[in-house]
Order: sequence, then C-alpha cells, then structure tokens
Amino acid sequence: MSSSRAAESLLALNQQEELEDLPREYPLSTSEDEGDSDGERKHQKLLEAISSLDGKNRRKLAERSEASLKVSEFSVSSEGSGEKLVLSDLLEPVKTSSSLAAVKKQLNRVKSKKTVELPLHREEIERARTPLEQEIFNLLHKNKQPVTDPLLTPMEKASLKAMSLEEVKMRRAELQRARALQSYYEARARREKKIKSKKYHKLLKKGKAKQALKEFEKLRKVNPAAALEELEKLEKARMMERMSLKHQNSGKWAKSKAVMAKYDLEARQAMQEQLARNKELMQKIQVASESAEEEGGAEEEGEPFVPDVVNEVQVKADRPNPWMFRNHSGDTKEAEVQGDPEELAEPAAQEAPESEEEGPVVAEEILLKEFEERRSLRQKSGLNQIAKPVGSQEAKDLSSQEVLSELRALSQKLNRESHQSRKQELSSTRTVLAVQREEPAGEEEEPLLLQRPERARTLDELEELGKEGCFQNKELPRVAVEGQQLERNPSNHLGVPKEKKRKEQMIDLQNLLTTKSPSMKSLAVPTTVEELEDEERDQRQMIKEAFAGDDVIRDFLKEKREAVEASKPKDVDLTLPGWGEWGGVGLKPSAKKRRRFLVKAPEGPPRKDKNLPNVILNEKRNIHAVAHQVRMLPYPFTHHQQFERTIQTPIGSTWNTQRSFQKLTMPKVVTKPGHIIKPIKAEDVGYRSSSRSDLSVVQRNPKRLSIRHKKQLKKISVD
Amino acid sequence: MKVKMLSRNPDSYVRETKLDLQRVPRNYDPTLHPFEVPREYVRALNATKLERVFAKPFLASLDGHRDGVSCLAKHPKSLATVLSGACDGEVRIWNLTKRKCIRMIQAHEGFVRGICTHFCGTSFFTVGDDKTVKQWKMDGPSYGEEEEPLHTILGKTVYTGIDHHWKEAVFATCGQQVDIWDEQRTSPICSMTWGFDSISSVKFNPIETFLLGSCASDRNIVLYDMRQATPLKKVILDMRTNTICWNPMEAFIFTAANEDYNLYTFDMRALDTPVMIHMDHVSAVLDVDYSPTGKDFVSASFDKSIRIFPVDKSRSREVYHTKRMQHVICVKWTSDSKYIMCGSDEMNIRLWKANASEKLGVLTSREKAATDYNQRLKEKFQHHPHIKRISRHRHLPKSIYSQIQEQRIMKEARRRKELNRIKHSKPGSVQRVSEKKKRVVAVVK
Repeated sequence: MSSSRAAESLLALNQQEELEDLPREYPLSTSEDEGDSDGERKHQKLLEAISSLDGKNRRKLAERSEASLKVSEFSVSSEGSGEKLVLSDLLEPVKTSSSLAAVKKQLNRVKSKKTVELPLHREEIERARTPLEQEIFNLLHKNKQPVTDPLLTPMEKASLKAMSLEEVKMRRAELQRARALQSYYEARARREKKIKSKKYHKLLKKGKAKQALKEFEKLRKVNPAAALEELEKLEKARMMERMSLKHQNSGKWAKSKAVMAKYDLEARQAMQEQLARNKELMQKIQVASESAEEEGGAEEEGEPFVPDVVNEVQVKADRPNPWMFRNHSGDTKEAEVQGDPEELAEPAAQEAPESEEEGPVVAEEILLKEFEERRSLRQKSGLNQIAKPVGSQEAKDLSSQEVLSELRALSQKLNRESHQSRKQELSSTRTVLAVQREEPAGEEEEPLLLQRPERARTLDELEELGKEGCFQNKELPRVAVEGQQLERNPSNHLGVPKEKKRKEQMIDLQNLLTTKSPSMKSLAVPTTVEELEDEERDQRQMIKEAFAGDDVIRDFLKEKREAVEASKPKDVDLTLPGWGEWGGVGLKPSAKKRRRFLVKAPEGPPRKDKNLPNVILNEKRNIHAVAHQVRMLPYPFTHHQQFERTIQTPIGSTWNTQRSFQKLTMPKVVTKPGHIIKPIKAEDVGYRSSSRSDLSVVQRNPKRLSIRHKKQLKKISVD
Repeated sequence: MKVKMLSRNPDSYVRETKLDLQRVPRNYDPTLHPFEVPREYVRALNATKLERVFAKPFLASLDGHRDGVSCLAKHPKSLATVLSGACDGEVRIWNLTKRKCIRMIQAHEGFVRGICTHFCGTSFFTVGDDKTVKQWKMDGPSYGEEEEPLHTILGKTVYTGIDHHWKEAVFATCGQQVDIWDEQRTSPICSMTWGFDSISSVKFNPIETFLLGSCASDRNIVLYDMRQATPLKKVILDMRTNTICWNPMEAFIFTAANEDYNLYTFDMRALDTPVMIHMDHVSAVLDVDYSPTGKDFVSASFDKSIRIFPVDKSRSREVYHTKRMQHVICVKWTSDSKYIMCGSDEMNIRLWKANASEKLGVLTSREKAATDYNQRLKEKFQHHPHIKRISRHRHLPKSIYSQIQEQRIMKEARRRKELNRIKHSKPGSVQRVSEKKKRVVAVVK
C-alpha cells in the first residue's frame, strides 16, 4: 500500500511538471531553428527550471534578455506556447549535461512506462474481505452471474427493450405535467396580454430583454453556432432600426410627449429613454472580432461536453426501443442543460445582484425548476457518469446501466458528495485524461470491458454504503484512481480469459432479474409516489377549498347554542335613567338602582335536548304546521283519539288491498246516469216482501233517524 | 349437486284470461309505505283544489219564454223532457239533450200558476190565473189538429197551484181551499179548508201517497190526508211559507221554503220543532225541490241565487248564480239527480250540474275509482283547516255578500240583545228559547 502511495505522489509530480511548468518554461519546439547560442540559453533555463522543481524558488522571475513576441507577466514566454510538447525534445539537452543523471533516470522511467502503475492489484480489489462480501461472492459464483463481456443475455436485453410499466407511468406523468404546464403558460400569456397597463408592459419588456441577454450569454458558452445566429438576428434588427428611424422622436407619441416635456418630468424621461434607445440601436458595432474571441472561450468551456454528444449517438445506435430511446435522449439533453448551471455557477453568482434587481422569480419558474430538479435527481446517476470521463465511456451501454440500478442508487449517493467536491474531482480526472491521451485510442472501442468491474465495484460498495451510510470525501481520489484502474482493466481481462469464463457462469439470470426489480422501484417510486402524493394533496386541498365555507358540525353546534340562548328567559331591565338622579350623556344609572330594577327571569325548565348532542328539540309550537292541523274536535267525535284514529287509518290503495280499497271508497249513494230515480216505496225498505224493481239507487246505510227524532217519535206515540 | 333456484307459483302471476287485469304482486308491509297520513292529506288537499278548479256548474240556458218562468215540471218517464210555464200563460216543453223547446202552448191567460205531469207521463195539467185547470196531452197535436187541452175545468176561484197523485188518477189544486180532483170528473172529490186564506202550493207525498201538504199565506203549513175529510194538522211559522217539498226517500220529512230567508225541514210527526233550519239565503226563498236521492235539496231564492243544501246541514254546500240570473222563481232537481233546472224572472231556464265539479259523460273504472277515492279523502280530511277553507270558498255577487255581512250583524245584535235581556232581568223570568223553537209559532191539530 505504501509503495503505491509513493508512486502516486510521484506521478502527480510528473504530471504537474508536464502540464504546467514545461509549456511555459521550455519553449522548445521543432519550428525553432536558431543558433547554438540559443541552445545554450535554453539549456540554462532548463537547468533553472529543474532546480526549481523542489518547489522552493519556483516562482523566480526569469531575466528578460531579448525582445519576445509574447510578453508574460511572470517571464518571457516563447512563441510556440500553443504547440505540443514532445518528450524527446525535453530529453535532448539533458543528454549533453552529465550532472543531471538523476533527472534523466526519472524521465527515462517515465518514457519507458506506458501507463502509470496501479495503486492496487486486481486480485486485491476482488478479494472478498468481510464475511458478508464472501457470502455474496459465493452466491454470485454459484449463480453463474456473467461477470464479463456479455453482461446481459439476449433474453434479458429483449425484456429490457420491452417497455416497463414504471417507465411508461413515469413518462406519462411527465407528459401530463408538461401539458398542464403548457396550458398554464398559455393561459398566463393570454392574461398578460389583456393587461392594459403600459408601465407593466414596459417593465415586462425590460425584463424580457434582460432575460434574453442572459440566455444569449449562456448560449454563447454552450452553443456558439446558435449564438451566432442569434447575434445575426440582433444585427438585422439593428439594421432595420437604422433604416426605419423608428425611435427618432418623430412619431405621434413622441411629438405629444415633446409638447408635454416642458412640464412633465415623466414625459421628459420617456423621451430621453427613447433617444437613448435610438442611439443604442444606431450604433455601429464591431461584432466579428468579439464573437471570434468568445467562440474560442466557448470551445474551451464546451470541451468537457464533447463526450456527451458521443454518448448520445451511441445510445441511439444501441437502443431501438423508441420509448426508451426517447426517454434517454431526453435525459442526455437534459443532462446537457443540467450541466450548464453547474458550469455557470460562478458567473451566476457574479450576476446575483443583477438578478435580484430583476425582481422576484415568478412562481411558475420555481415550479419549473422544481420539476427539472426532480427529473434531474432521477437522472443524476447517468449525469454523474457523463460528467466523469470514465463514466462517459461506460454510458455507451446505457440499457444495461438502466437495469443495474443498484449502480444508480449508489451513484446517486455518490453524486451528492461529488457535487461538493466537483472541482477536485474534475481536476483529478483531467489529469488522468491527460495521461491517457498519450496512449493509443484503441481502448475506446471496447466499452464492454469497462462495464464489468464497475458493476462488481458497485455491488461491493452497495454493501459498504449500507454499513457506512455515506461516501467520504476522503475516498474521492480513490474513485479517480479506480477509474484509472477500470480503464486499464481490459488488458488484464485479456490476460486471464479463463477466470472470466468462470465468473460468467457465476452470475445467474434469475438472480440478476430478482435483484433488478426492487432497484427499479427504488429509482422509479420516489418520483411517481411523490407525484401521487402531490395529486392526493392537491385533491384534498381542492376539496378543502371547495367546502371551505361550510363546516357542518360547527354550524350545527352554533345553531344549537343560538337556539338554547334564544329559548332562555330574558332578564328585564326596568331602570329609568335620570329618574331620581341626574341623567344625561355619559351618566349611567347607579349600580344599586340597576340592581334594584333588574327583574331576573325565572330559570326555565331544563331543555329536553340537554343530553342529546346531535339534536335540537324545538319545544315551541310550529306555526307552519298549525295551519294544517285541526284545532277543535269536529262534531261527531267525542274524543280526540277517535278522530285521530280515523285520520290515521289510510284508505288509499297503497295501504289497502284492492277489495278493501273499493269498499272503503265506495260512495254512500251511487246513482246510475240516465236512470230516473223514483221515490222510495214501502216494499223497498222491507215492509212487504216484493223485490224492488228499480235499482237505480243503491243505499248503503238506510237512513237512520237521529236520536232526538226517535225520542220525539216515542213521545208522540205515548201521547 | 344442489342447485338453488327461484320458484314461483304461476297462479300468483298468471291471469286466467287475457281480459283479466295483470296480476301485480304487492307488498303491503307498512314499513315500505310510510307517511300514510301526510301523503293522504296531500292527496286530499290536491283533490280539494282540483275540485274547485273544475267547478263549472253552469251547463245551459234555455231561452224562449217571453215572460218570467213561473213554474217547472219534470216528466215522470223521460229525463230529457221538461215543462215550463211562464207568467204570460205560455207553456213550453223542452228537450234537454237538444236544449231546445219542442213544444209551445199558450195555455192560459195571465200567469201559469202551476204545472204538473200525470204519473204515467202521457199528459200534464196546468192551472192559471184564468181560474181554469187544463189537461194537455204530452205529445204534440198530430198534423192538422188544433192545439187544444184534453180537458178544461173552469173553477170558481183562482188556482195557485196543482199537484198530481203519484199513483192514482187524482190531482189536487189549491187556491182558496185545497181541492182534490178525480181526473174524470169536473168537480173536486173534496175541498178542504182551515181558516180563510189563499193557499200558495200543495204537494202530494211521494211515498205515503195519500198525504198532502199545503202552505198558506197566513204563515201556516197544513197537512191533509186524502182519505179524510178534514186536514190533519198545521204548523204556524213566523213568516209565510212559499212552498213545501216532500223528501222522496223519507216519508215524513218535508222542507218548507220560507219568506224569512230560511228553509225548514220538518218531520210531519213532530211539527213543533223543525228538524233543521237551513239558512244561507239573503232573501225570500221561493221554491225548493228535493234531489231524488233524498240527500240534498235545492232552493231558489229572490236573492237571484239557488243553493244546494244537504238535508242534515243547516248551511248550503253550493251556491249558483250568474250575472244575468234574476229572481229565481222555480227550481227542479232532475230525476236522475244529476242536474238542476231553475226558471227565473228574466225568462230563462238554466241548467246546472248538481255536483259542480263532476265530470260529465261516461267514466272509466279507473276514473271512477279515482273520483271515489278523492271524494272519500275530502270527506276524511274535511275538518282540516286548509281543506275546509278551500272547499268552502265561493265567489258571491257583491249584493249577496254584503247582505250576508249585514244579516250576520243583525243576527249577532239580536243574539246579544237576548243575552242582555236575560242578564238584566230576574233570573228565570226570561227563558232562552232555541232558534228552532222560536221559528214555530204553533202546531194545531
């Protein structure tokens, strides 16, 4: 371990030399063909530089003995500063001098070595240390997990290509969200268009202009070509302005303002503003030179994103499934976009006061940002790999990456840490890149080789993460180093085909799939669940808002309280202010008097609904019902119960059988239409036994004489 | 394997013939049909309202008389035929279905005082101011024949009324005395007098056919037995009775239309108190006729309205009036108990429905059941204030209305005076006399 550390430090030293010092201090180039004196001078400088390698007097300024093309602040720089440094050039003068044996040795070693030495051996990495790891390894071995090249079997790939439910759901949710946002924006635009306030529109325009400027700045950094186009548009607008003379205080509005300008400060300001705008637009601008410079800068900054584009292309080639493809192309694009703010973090910070000036960020923009963030969070793993040069090559087989979401879960966590120490990491990776650049570019063609150890590593580290909880900052250099190791791996693999085969057998498809599903959830669920929760919350909120006014229970309680209050007997105040004492405004009758003339109402009987919480019993007579109630017992009835019973006996066919209904509703007298009703005869009432011929009248109850008449009749008969 | 399935007895849902009604299974569980009282109450209320909505009693007006209609008579056999006599001595026979006059006779000179039909419906009798009793054939004269009465009896005095026996060929006239005539003879079988005054009307009892009732202008109602030579008894009322009518379903009951705006229903066996005093008219009651069912009667009044009273109620259940109807002189209830005819001063005979809201024509059984049910409901809930108010509400001419108010005040004043008198006199010296007793002055046997 210690030896490896030493090697590492040395390596770092070497790299520093190469990257920073050498190009500046040693302007050696093939194009240089001056005299021997020149060579001597060079030699001198080199000696100095090497002596300053120990770091004590590195920053010593060189003497300027001749005119140079480019003058540096620190020292005289050679004309070939941009040219590539060749190691042989560096070595040439060293040969002549005998006192630099040690340096020579060192450089030789550097030259002889193709790549830097690994800090750890493969065996050491793969060896399972803890019992848990051992167990997992055993499991993997048993299940014949394909550890090497074909990470996925064809079947697996097919299954992967079929769109998974979660993905579809996710995608749909996203689409829905996007649609909702779109409609929202449309509505907002419409609303804004309706606003008549000129001031508002002016401010809006200003804000938009600023925004556009910012956007342009961004674009210039990200996509110089598009920026150029934009610039051209602007130029055209300017030209049009120059031609049209629109803002020259010659319009109707301007004239009216000019009249007012004498008296009105605002009008004057408006006019001035317009003039300034006119001037601004009329200015001739030398755009070409600036844009060229900016382009260069943009290129420099855009460098790290080049691999992304490559990735995207490869992704497209790799995945025929349109859903997956679309999703991922979107991802990559987003990743690009996502990359921007991180890259532009510093400029944004500088512009912060300006942005504050712009006013509060609009709500929907926040919403959008949230949305973006959520999405980005989901794709961070991918992003992470993209950001890392090592990961960029990994990302070639994105499909397999998707499946191996353990890796994602890991990288997601990793990402959080890596964001904090992004700079560090970037620098470290850059160094790695630089070293690798010297190697033949053959490695890039074998992405599969890169996959395997990454996976193995993540499996391991998943366990570690479970134990440790989080990734330490300390380990970051190790990650970088591991990346190196990964790149070196292919050669190792080729070296041991036998071992690889064994490991292939170890990984089982079944196992792989079973491990996949929960991990997929871990990826998909947070977003969807979050959205679901959002929806639920929205729903609840909506319901709450809709029924904000009516709290039924409270209303009822209030109503009951009011009813109780109303039913309570009231005290009567019989005090006469001014009676027996002085009265007037601000004078109150004395407390004694008030007490004396306050007639306290007697306590009423307890309410019947005292112990019934859900009931209000109104003991007052319902005046609305009274109108329908019989007030007096009608004549033939002698007791109210009789009357009530007759009322409560239903006669309708709803409550009676047909027969009884007919009986109940039969009228007392039935007459047949068109029949002459003859007067009654003695035979009809049974005095003589002869059936009645005329049946036009059917009398149900032969008329009884009233009791009084019977009495009278008796009396008469007695008489 | 046990298969559970529903099985029903076809007898419970298959009808025997296709003419039968569909059998509808019903569940009479009272819990399934709650709120029976409120529901029926609402139905009753609706029925009452509908009754008032459909109350359009006026059917037709038979015009053609050239003077006020003084008397009406029903045909004993034909419902469609009505006879009427006018104040100018003209008698008309009307066909109610066509609502046309089918025959026109100049029967008398001066008033036609009375008209009655023979019980077999072949002929009718008229009496007039010209002191004659004429018998006419019901059918018109054949072609080329003169319009002549079958018989003409010349009397010594003016006859003011006539009625025919319900079973025998005997008729009675009234004037100075009550004369009972045999159709074949030109002189009366017997003449009965009690006092010396003109008798305005005479009526045969339709059940106890030998009994007669007459009312005289000396305020008394005299009852006769045809088989006896002397009158049975008489009751003297406060004011003159214009006419009486026997109840066709109760042999002893008759109603007298009095000048004191009231009608008095008497039991002929106990004349000292009327069974019922029917008050509502605001002017003299000129005529009364019983419904053939014996439950109601209709009265015609000088106050230009006719009223329908239930026999056992003191207040009318219906009042009919029109703007053009003047003093109603005569009224008749048709033999099928469906219609009412009234002849009035302004020369018209009007036809009314006996039940104002009744639907005319043939009713389906369902309609009949519904009307019966509604009727029953109205009866059941008649004491409920809303229903009572709606069912009692009538529009009245202003004259009648104001007179009612006035008379109410007068009546109240009288009552108060009586009470005061009782209050301010020695206890027991002034007895309170019931309203019914008060109206009867005396009963003479």
